[in-house]
Amino acid sequence: MSLLTVQNLQQHFPVRGGLLRRSVASCKAVDGVSFSLGAGETLGLVGESGCGKTTLGKAIVRLLNPTAGSIQFEGQDITHASMGTLRPMRRHIQMIFQDPAESLNPRHTVRDILEEPFIVQKIGTKEERKQWVADLLDKVGLSAASADRFPFEFSGGQRQRIGIARAIALKPKLIVCDEPVSALDVSVQSQVLNLLLELQRDMGLSYLFIAHGLNVVKHMSDRVAVMYLGKIVELAPATELYQNPRHAYTKALLDAIPIADPTQRRTRQLLRGDVPSPINPPPGCAFGHRMKHPKWEESVKMDLTLKEVSPGHFVQPCPCCT
Amino acid sequence: MSSTTPILEVRDLVTAFDTDAGRMTAVDGIRFDVPRGKTFGIVGESGCGKSVTAFSITRLLPQPHGQILGGSIHFEGRDLASLPIKEMQQVRGRDVSMIFQEPMTALNPVQTVGRQLAEAILLHTQCSLAEVQARSIDMMKKVRIPAPEQRLNEYPHQLSGGMRQRVMIAMALINKPKLLIADEPTTALDVTVQAQILELIADLQKEMGMSVILITHDLGVIAQVCDEVAVMYAGRIVERAEAHELFAKPRHAYTQGLLESIPRLDSTPKTKLKAIQGNVPGIADFKPGCRFAGRSGREHSTAHLNTRPPFVEISTNHWVENCPICVA
Repeated sequence: MSLLTVQNLQQHFPVRGGLLRRSVASCKAVDGVSFSLGAGETLGLVGESGCGKTTLGKAIVRLLNPTAGSIQFEGQDITHASMGTLRPMRRHIQMIFQDPAESLNPRHTVRDILEEPFIVQKIGTKEERKQWVADLLDKVGLSAASADRFPFEFSGGQRQRIGIARAIALKPKLIVCDEPVSALDVSVQSQVLNLLLELQRDMGLSYLFIAHGLNVVKHMSDRVAVMYLGKIVELAPATELYQNPRHAYTKALLDAIPIADPTQRRTRQLLRGDVPSPINPPPGCAFGHRMKHPKWEESVKMDLTLKEVSPGHFVQPCPCCT
Repeated sequence: MSSTTPILEVRDLVTAFDTDAGRMTAVDGIRFDVPRGKTFGIVGESGCGKSVTAFSITRLLPQPHGQILGGSIHFEGRDLASLPIKEMQQVRGRDVSMIFQEPMTALNPVQTVGRQLAEAILLHTQCSLAEVQARSIDMMKKVRIPAPEQRLNEYPHQLSGGMRQRVMIAMALINKPKLLIADEPTTALDVTVQAQILELIADLQKEMGMSVILITHDLGVIAQVCDEVAVMYAGRIVERAEAHELFAKPRHAYTQGLLESIPRLDSTPKTKLKAIQGNVPGIADFKPGCRFAGRSGREHSTAHLNTRPPFVEISTNHWVENCPICVA
C-alpha cells in the first residue's frame, strides 16, 4: 500500500469582485490531480510558477481545505479531517519551506523553534526535549551551541538546516519540500541536498519534492510529475522522463534548462507566451491552447485522464501535445 | 578605436561602503576587460560583489555611503570612475545601460510604460512627440511585445514578469547603448521565460553590435551565453577566462568546487553531490589573504592567509588569483 494517495484533488479559490465582494469566478489552482507516493520514495514536482505546485503541497499537509477529491495517508482519508483529528496525523506529515528567513519565528531561539513540535504534540519532559534538540542539531550538522541563538544569526544555508531539523523532529513519514534550496547560494545548495538525501536514507522518509530547478529535481527524485495549469500532464520515473519526454510541455521545459557546459549550446525550441491564468482556464489541453495547436479542439471533448504509455510512464493523452 | 581594443577596461577597482561598523570593502581590487561586441559574464554567489561592480561602472552606488576608492574604469577613452556626475548622466542610459533583476521594483508603478520609455528617449535626444511614439513602438516590437501600441498605455502591474523584463530591456536599449549591463536579468523568471529573454538579449546584441556584461549566479546561464567569464568570490575575481576554457579547465579550487556541486542531468539520481563546505563569508569576515582558504578543505599557512595572492595570467587570457594552495 502506498503511503500517500491523492485522487482527483481540486483546490479552487474564489475570486471576489464587485460591490458586495461576491465570488465572481474561481481560480482553479489545482484542478484534478492524482498520484501516489510510496514509503521512502521521492516524487519530484516541476512546473512554471503559478502552475499550482505549492498549492498542491499545502493542500496535502492540509494547510488548505481541498475543494474536491481525496487525500489518503496510510489508508486514512484526511481530505476533510478536522483540526482535532489532524493533530496526531501532523506528526507524520511535515513541510520544509522555500525561504527559511520567513518560515522561522525571528523572536524565538533555535531551541524554542525545535521544541515547539514536541510541545504541541505533548511529548517528553523538559529534560528529554533538551536532549532531543541537541540530537536534532547534530543530525543536521549544526553545533549544539546554536540552540540558544536566534535565526538571524545564521546564514541562509544554516537557517534551512534549522527548518529541516524542525521538519524531522517528530520522525515524520512524509515531508513536503517546497523549493527547499531555491533561496540558497549555489555552493550551499548541494550541502542541503546531500543532507536531505542522507536523512531520507537514515529515516526512511518520503519526499514530495517541489522545485523549479529541473536538474535539482532530477537528482533528488525517483519519479517526477510535470504540472501545467493545475494539472499533471506527465508522470514518469526520473531518468525515463528526462530521456524520453512524451508531452510537448515537458519537452519545452527540458529544452529550456541552461546546461552548465558551453560545448552543449543549442538552438532551442522556445516556448512563446507566458503561463496563462488559472482563472477560467481554457477547456481541454491548456498547453495545446497556449501553443494554438490545430488539433487542440479535439482535446476539448476528450477524457484527459493520464494514460500509461510504458511501465510507470503516464502522460495526458491529448492529440495536440503527445 | 580599433575593434580589438576592449570596450571597457576595469583596473584595480576598489569600492567600499561606510557603515556604522566601519568601512566595508565590497569590491577589492578587481581587473577585467570587456571585449567589443562580446558577452562578458560575471558569476558569483550573494555578497561576492558582482552587483556592486555593476553599480560602480554605472556610478549608481547608494550615496553617500558607497564610493569608489581606487582604480579606473576606462570606457571609450574616458575614466567613468572619476567622471563628474553631470557627464556621467549623459553616458548612463545612452552609452552604458543597465537592466535589473526585479523589473517590478525597477519600473515606476505609477507611470505608463510609454511615459517611462519616452523619458529614456527625451533625456538624451530632442525630438518630437510623434517621433518618441514611433521610436517607442519600434523598440517594443524589437523586444517582441505583442500589440505595442496598446501596451504603451498600460502600467507595469498589468504586465506579466516576462513582459516587464522586456519593457526594461526596451528602456535600456532605446538609445542604442554600446554597453549593456544585465544584472541577474532572468533570476526572477521561470526557466522557459528565462530562455526567451536570454535569446532576445543575444539577438539584439547581434543586431545592434553592443557589448554585454551579464551578471548571474547561474553557471548554466553563463555556459549558454557568455564568451568570457569572471568568477567572483568575496569581493575579488578569483578566476577569469574564455567560457570554453573555464568550464573545461577550471584552475581555482572555488571554480572547481562550484562546477562540481551543481546537479547535472547526466548524474545518477540520489547520489551524494560534491559540496563546498561552510558558508559564503560575510563582508565583515573578509581576510587579507586567500579568502577561500576556510572552505577549500586544504591547509593554508599564516602567510597564505595574510598576503593577497597575485592575479596572474597562467595561460593565454586565463587569469587566476594565484594562491599556491587553491591553484594546484
